[in-house]
Amino acid sequence: MGLTDRTQADRTLVAPAATGVLDPRTGKPVGADDPFFVGVNDELADKGFIVTATDEIINWARTGSLMWMQFGLACCAIEMIHAAMPRYDLERFGFAPRASPRQSDVMIVAGTLTNKMAPAMRKVYDQMPEPRYVISMGSCANGGGYYYYSYSVVRGCDRIVPVDVYVPGCPPSAEALLYGVLLLQKKIRRTGTIER
Amino acid sequence: MDDKVVVDRLDELGQAILRALPGAVTGYTVAVGELTVTAKASEIVAVTTRLRDDPEFAFVGFVDVTAVDWPQRAKRFDVVYHLLSPTRNWRVRIKTETDETTPVPSIISVFPGADWFEREAFDLYGVVFEGHPDLRRILTDYGFEGHPLRKDFPLTGFLEVRWDDEQKRVVYEKVQLGQEFRNFDFLSPWEGTDYVLPGDEKAK
Repeated sequence: MGLTDRTQADRTLVAPAATGVLDPRTGKPVGADDPFFVGVNDELADKGFIVTATDEIINWARTGSLMWMQFGLACCAIEMIHAAMPRYDLERFGFAPRASPRQSDVMIVAGTLTNKMAPAMRKVYDQMPEPRYVISMGSCANGGGYYYYSYSVVRGCDRIVPVDVYVPGCPPSAEALLYGVLLLQKKIRRTGTIER
Repeated sequence: MDDKVVVDRLDELGQAILRALPGAVTGYTVAVGELTVTAKASEIVAVTTRLRDDPEFAFVGFVDVTAVDWPQRAKRFDVVYHLLSPTRNWRVRIKTETDETTPVPSIISVFPGADWFEREAFDLYGVVFEGHPDLRRILTDYGFEGHPLRKDFPLTGFLEVRWDDEQKRVVYEKVQLGQEFRNFDFLSPWEGTDYVLPGDEKAK
């Protein structure tokens, strides 16, 4: 059977190429009137370069490429995985999983931190390069949660490492974690530093 | 699960086990469709070996070793074994009694899979298994003291951890709870409670 004989049915299904969908609001392609895009586009078309402040571009680069270290300890890890999967797709914020602490900027503590695990977690945190951030995810990591009275659980991972953002919930939804990540980006932008 | 056919079948099995191991097995009960055999702790290796090797039983599947704490008894621990016979479609539970100091023979020679289960029972209950090659703690923290699933072990334990920024290490301190224990009454407000809520006395 030659290539030309193939029917529509046995061809691989792929999404059609962009047809230039028009935004009903403006009558132009979607996103064409985004103020940031328009500004940068005009600047580039006019001069061919962009002038900005150093701290701004550092913050822009830093918030846009936060590599995160998974520290999945319990059921919260499942929601953390959900947040990284295509439905919420954390990577579109440049928030990419990085399995090694030595190349990551953020640690997400997702789950119950036990006494036995605490020194190991601190060791991983110490291996991360500055500037480093910690997102505490879920009730157990925030303050012991369900296991507050337990003999084997740390009553909040902030007893071991400094925490930047607390995401409440048991477990927090993937959306909540995503909001926590956006809050962390906001915090980095607000307290922008070029210190390393 | 309590229908007569099942109970009769388990009853026969219990009788057969009792006949096969006189002296070692002291009795059996059938409850909620399950067979429980009581055995002498010192004879547990003989009992499990016979149940595994005798083609009449063929309990070749090892399921579980755990313990139960009964602090009011002189021999406070039940050591519980679960076995499965895939060819005969039977399950059996073997219970033996022991206390804190009397060791129970390890059944690793019969079922090598019992290794970590016995370590777990040792860790959480303090049951000592004689002949275990490596009877260490398995779940609790390094240097942990006490056996947390004993009834007399306090829920919050004795120590808690904190990062000490001066010593640059995780330090252990005595437990200091920031929040008191809570008492739940479990009384449904729709079915009548035996307490008066503050403010309720004015509503009469």
